Amino acid sequence: MLALHDVHTYYGKSHVLHGVSIEVGPGEVVGLLGRNGVGKSTTLKTIMGIVRPAQGRVVFEDHDMGGMPPYRVARIGIGYVPEDRRIFRLLTVLENLRTGLDRQGVTDARREALLEKIYVNFPVLRERRHQAGGTLSGGEQQMLAIARAMMLEPKVILLDEPTEGLMPRMVGQIHEIIRVLHGEGVAILLVEQNVPLTLEVSNRVYIMEKGVVRHHAPAAELRADHAVIHQYLGI
Amino acid sequence: MDAFLIQTLNGVVNGLILALVASGLTLIFGIMDVVNFAHGELFMLGAYAGVIWLAVTGNFWVALLAAAVTIAALSAVLQVVALRPLLGRDPLYTILGTFGISLVLQNYALWQFGPVPRKLTEPLTSHFRFFYLEYPYYRIVMALLSAAIIGALWAFLKYGKYGIWIRATTQDRVMAAAMGIPVPIVHTVVFAIGASMAAASGVLFGPLVGVTHAMGADWVLKAFVVVVVGGMGNLAGSILASIFISLLEAYASLIVSPAQAVIVAFIALIVTLLVRPTGLFVPTPK
Amino acid sequence: MPAARTDNRGYWIGFAVVLALLFVAPLVLPEFWRRFTTEILIWGLLAMSSDILIGYTGMVSFGHSAFFGLGMYGAAAALLTVRPPNLWLALAYGLVAAAVVAAFVAYFSTRLRDIYFAITTLVFSQIFYVIIFTWTEVTGGENGLTFRQPALGVPGLFAIPFTPVTLHWFVVAIVTISYLLLRRITQSPFGMVLQSIRENEPRTRAIGYAVERYKIVAVMLSGVFAGLAGVLYAVQNKFAAPDFVFFLISGEVVIFNVLGGMGTLVGPIAGAAFFLILRETFSRFWTEFYLIPVGVIFTLMVIFVPQGLLGFARRALNR
Repeated sequence: MLALHDVHTYYGKSHVLHGVSIEVGPGEVVGLLGRNGVGKSTTLKTIMGIVRPAQGRVVFEDHDMGGMPPYRVARIGIGYVPEDRRIFRLLTVLENLRTGLDRQGVTDARREALLEKIYVNFPVLRERRHQAGGTLSGGEQQMLAIARAMMLEPKVILLDEPTEGLMPRMVGQIHEIIRVLHGEGVAILLVEQNVPLTLEVSNRVYIMEKGVVRHHAPAAELRADHAVIHQYLGI
Repeated sequence: MDAFLIQTLNGVVNGLILALVASGLTLIFGIMDVVNFAHGELFMLGAYAGVIWLAVTGNFWVALLAAAVTIAALSAVLQVVALRPLLGRDPLYTILGTFGISLVLQNYALWQFGPVPRKLTEPLTSHFRFFYLEYPYYRIVMALLSAAIIGALWAFLKYGKYGIWIRATTQDRVMAAAMGIPVPIVHTVVFAIGASMAAASGVLFGPLVGVTHAMGADWVLKAFVVVVVGGMGNLAGSILASIFISLLEAYASLIVSPAQAVIVAFIALIVTLLVRPTGLFVPTPK
Repeated sequence: MPAARTDNRGYWIGFAVVLALLFVAPLVLPEFWRRFTTEILIWGLLAMSSDILIGYTGMVSFGHSAFFGLGMYGAAAALLTVRPPNLWLALAYGLVAAAVVAAFVAYFSTRLRDIYFAITTLVFSQIFYVIIFTWTEVTGGENGLTFRQPALGVPGLFAIPFTPVTLHWFVVAIVTISYLLLRRITQSPFGMVLQSIRENEPRTRAIGYAVERYKIVAVMLSGVFAGLAGVLYAVQNKFAAPDFVFFLISGEVVIFNVLGGMGTLVGPIAGAAFFLILRETFSRFWTEFYLIPVGVIFTLMVIFVPQGLLGFARRALNR
């Protein structure tokens, strides 16, 4: 459904991705692991069209996404939850959600239903819906960032280090959300530093090092393979 | 004492017009990081458009609306053709690009309309009795209308789907795009809105002075000062700063000649930059 | 390394050729074009001074009209108050005036980045414009000042009045010396720091350079050479007028920089030449509306050819 074929990406003169190939099938949870700075976030940004690949192809459901501007990428069904969450701090929680909710071709009834569903899954957002995004705690902002992406009803969600900086209790909540999304058939490409969580929720896992994919295996297999985990992730 | 009162009124009236011009500039800067050097020319072209539409329709208010729409359309085209290609680059280039545009527009106006000022007839000529003073009704209307337009802008931004789109794009254009908001189109629309506000100011202010090709130059300089003093990208700040600076200038022209009174605005800028560079009217950043 | 030396030799040959052409120019060109060439050099010097800021330090200044104007009025002051009119005194007064203004502007503006710096310099040049325009008793207000052209010489020893030809040579000499000086400076360690500020200011600061101080020196350097151009203009034309302090002049200077190629030092001179030639050409057909096509060309160049005419040669010119 979503595939990168031999993608090379540069930041200015810096060659960050050296031929990355990744696939995400419908409804799959795919993990992307690796140390800091290996190019995991850049991979997500390349998919979203935030950075342009110099070489290689990004394909989503028969759309070749070369050069597609990010807003089109979002509209064809890819949601993005970046590192640092990046919620709109000066907009209220509800307004943040509305940036995704107020789309074309969605009836008012469906909007209400979507919003309700989110509030059920994230009760704290209902409570704080008229508060400015910047006043929320770190964990709440993460909830909002994910909820916001869900407003697009995407087929794939790109999650960039959702548990970073969160208390252990919240990590459990993230785990739960991923489970719910998976249950609804939304595919997830999960970039993470938290290895145990990733191995638990994913179907397959890629491991990156210095801008290339070094290892690729089903999560079940990787859970037992301590040697590989130690080699690439240092744990 | 009369003079002082009159100057206070003048200060407020001019301040509101300046606020209208500066709001457009602030809006454009806030969302696209573009310092629009051509903003004064949009003001000036708006005034000329007002002259033309007034001649065609005979009604000042219709002319005002028509001029605003005409300039909005023109500037949308300008933004797509000349500014969009510059958006990714060094901010230096947008400054240069809008400067180039301002040169072309100013001289184009000189070419088309000639150096003789055009008269834009005001719709109301009667005066208003304020205690023992007489003050032109038209100026009061100018002030009220400017305030109304700014108010409408504020309401548009705060409520409604497009207001949210604009505010989201202003805060984080990458994430706005990631939410499916068509950022390039939002940019063009906001530029057109800012331009139409400048144009409206031009039409409103037109009757007070003659409409000439150079009338934008003073305003754009003052508007820049206001935008900095008010806090770049801060709408409420630029409105307050506009009134503040215009009042200062109005009072100063009681003492020195109007040509020299403009220095007041510049001094306000320098003081701001020395003391509180984020803007005099901006709450201390947290 | 042989390759570099050959390139450098090519550069110096080119330099000598241009210099020879400039030297011969007044002898063969008709009066109008002779003056034109001299003017190109003076505006070129002004644009070159601006290149220090725009091209090498990455700071867009709209304040050069103030430095230019103060150089001009400074020279006027010397030529009007001291009898007989003394060229060197005019130079001294003009340069000092420009330096003082530059220090003043530098102090306030350099703590700001990018746009704020540009706007502040613009505002400062307007402040000076208003002061000069309205302080009629001292500056002649709207009408400016006129004075006699000083002679080339040493007071008390000899004085040779300028002819248009010798004046041209004098200007060529000054501009050439300025160019060589500025070239030396931009290639020095100081110049390298400036360029590093242009490339990445935060990193330059992090390495430990006092960025503000470098910027202040850059502005002053730029201002002094701009003032020099102002003195030359005053000497050539025998008048000083507030029009030259108006911010549009600063705008034109920036245009020369962009048209010619920023960061090349000679580029801006070429840019000035290009602009003035365009102006001449278009004035034939469009009289005073030459700025419409020139403005369009400028805007198109900003979009499509931002490196300017000589930008492609930037590396070669900076060796």
